[in-house]
Amino acid sequence: MTAPLPISLHVNGERVDAHVLPRLNLADFLREHLHLTGTHVGCEHGVCGACTVRVNDEIVRACLILAVQTDGMSVQTIEGLSDSGEVADLQAAFRNRNALQCGYCTPGMLMAAQDLLRQHGEPSRERIRGHLSGNYCRCTGYQAIVDAVEATARSRRGRAA
Amino acid sequence: MKASAFAYARVTSVDRALELLAAHGEKAKVLSGGQSLMPAMNLRLIAPELVVDIGGLNELRGIVVRRDVLRIGALTRHVDLLNSSEIAAHAPLLAEAVTHVAHPAIRNRGTLGGSLAHADPASELPACMLALDATILVRGGSGERRIMAADFFRGIFQTALSAEELLIAVELPLARRNSAHFFLEFARRHGDYAIAGLAAQAVVEAGVAMDLRPAFFAVGDRPVMPKAASRLVNTAVTPALLSDASTALGEELDPHDDQQATASMRRHLAKVLLVRCISALLGRPGLGVAGRAT
Repeated sequence: MTAPLPISLHVNGERVDAHVLPRLNLADFLREHLHLTGTHVGCEHGVCGACTVRVNDEIVRACLILAVQTDGMSVQTIEGLSDSGEVADLQAAFRNRNALQCGYCTPGMLMAAQDLLRQHGEPSRERIRGHLSGNYCRCTGYQAIVDAVEATARSRRGRAA
Repeated sequence: MKASAFAYARVTSVDRALELLAAHGEKAKVLSGGQSLMPAMNLRLIAPELVVDIGGLNELRGIVVRRDVLRIGALTRHVDLLNSSEIAAHAPLLAEAVTHVAHPAIRNRGTLGGSLAHADPASELPACMLALDATILVRGGSGERRIMAADFFRGIFQTALSAEELLIAVELPLARRNSAHFFLEFARRHGDYAIAGLAAQAVVEAGVAMDLRPAFFAVGDRPVMPKAASRLVNTAVTPALLSDASTALGEELDPHDDQQATASMRRHLAKVLLVRCISALLGRPGLGVAGRAT
């Protein structure tokens, strides 16, 4: 039973069929099998947030879900959000405010920030910090990241009005 | 690190899960949300031969109120607890506690049953079960057992659940009239495991706690309801009385040392939590002044 198992899922809107070993987690499946290397692998036990992706429209840790568990599910990675333009303004705000340096945490940070912005149009800085609390950044000290998320929320409100 | 190799079975019924658990015993592990199991496997703290995925068992999901009982299915996720109007109305302690459980991405997968079966002494939900006087329902080959939360948690990662049983649901008594709750934890980062924490449920009438169930966590090998707190029930609490109870609490607890905090720091934090809890529950912010924990 440790042999590869068939899975069929959607990744960034495209159907993917594969055979995977049970021990393979989703982050490694995305990176090694699909070459979607925007999903980063940091701590591999759910602490750092670098591997954050969407599964069935909710953010999850890709290192804490097995690829076999995603059979029949829909996965969206930073490549999907980036290519569709969904986070273009957020990415621009990160760049403008120096909210990244080495960039290792950035894909996960963008996934978590976009998740918050979809739920709350006008998050306080405290709420932004709370929602990003599961994403480590070792370069920026977070201030610029919170600035970028806050600025994006403000400009999206302006556009909606 | 990566998990070592294992066999995987996704089950479609509780009975099938129980068959597999009966056949494989300690060599199998149940996967619900995976937010504690997967880290432990990735760190090679455990290496099960078989992972039984119960994630598809819809019969273990859901939050329902039946007469005077709130029943929560084992696969109910943290995010479901957070967004449930039943939980907000009947067990607000739980709703508040969940905001301290890890981070949004983990709360989207982690389940109540998984957290309880894992029984990390620093986690919030086991303590809440003790404070809320929960009954934990488990099923095995020979039928269902109902276990009081006070008897369920047996030590670090140890519970009354046998390797052949599955946690099915928990039942909570509905919050009574004049109920009040308190939740606070100290952690290095919001969402991290607590260095010391307290979940408390109480009934407060005319400034007196008629019932008080404070469950401390991360200060012992399991959630602890200290005897010292009984001094504060059914009596007018004075700063001196609270100070005495807090001293007794410090003597009663047996916390551990680790890289986050020493035992004496945990003992100190537990006393601070008790004073803040009683002050908040009784609506008397001045209570802690004379009884400042030392």
